[in-house]
Amino acid sequence: MKSIYDNEMELSFLSKSNNEAFARITVAAFAAQLDPTIEELADIKTAVSEAVTNCIIHGYENTEGLIKIKATLLKNEIEIEISDSGKGIEDIELARKPLYTTKGNLERSGMGFTIMESFMDEVEIYSVVDIGTKVIMKKKIKKQENAEENEEKNALIN
Amino acid sequence: MDSKFDENDNVLYLQITEEIDHHKAEKIRRLMDNEITRFMPRKIVFDFSNVSFMDSAGIGLLIGRYKLIKLLGGTAEIININKTISKVLEMSGILKIIPIQNEENVC
Repeated sequence: MKSIYDNEMELSFLSKSNNEAFARITVAAFAAQLDPTIEELADIKTAVSEAVTNCIIHGYENTEGLIKIKATLLKNEIEIEISDSGKGIEDIELARKPLYTTKGNLERSGMGFTIMESFMDEVEIYSVVDIGTKVIMKKKIKKQENAEENEEKNALIN
Repeated sequence: MDSKFDENDNVLYLQITEEIDHHKAEKIRRLMDNEITRFMPRKIVFDFSNVSFMDSAGIGLLIGRYKLIKLLGGTAEIININKTISKVLEMSGILKIIPIQNEENVC
């Protein structure tokens, strides 16, 4: 099989909250191939954490189900697809609104999608009630202009 | 989470020592509420010097503790926060009620 991407990976895990850290660290390790800055990497980790948390508390409402992550690299862009087979979102526009939450009693802030949108370049949400939800996020990693710094980094690695 | 109570100034320092996400928030919340109700401080200071990661679960955590300290007639502040985490907090507007102080205060 010849992939149209430079690299790709797939991950599937149970909707347990202790997998939130596992998911964001794994995606960050994969994204590291694009040589992102520490800040870009933190942005990706935060966005992944938000999407996975949504699958756990909204998609599956703390019952057990599978969460899937597919990440692909093409040139300097990472695309991350995070999906569940949970209850789905009735009104996506409403769910995207800052501070909107259906779980205020759990001290949820309603900022999940807002954070994904501002930390990534593009966020698409697809959802069908009782079938599941898929979030696709893209981020371009900027070329690091500081070549000297890169050389230093390479020198350290070698 | 570590905490230190300054008796003279009636200030409770809450130093978070782990990544803050939905999984960890519940435990941190219980520990914090326990300390706040135990000392009844005039002010709580959230020390972020050992927090390397925080997502929106942290916003809910801070707002919840702010409501508690407000009920007790006190205030809250944040110290030693990194750039990405302050970006998350800025977006939520929470810094208007829980400001970031620049002092290098460590408990």
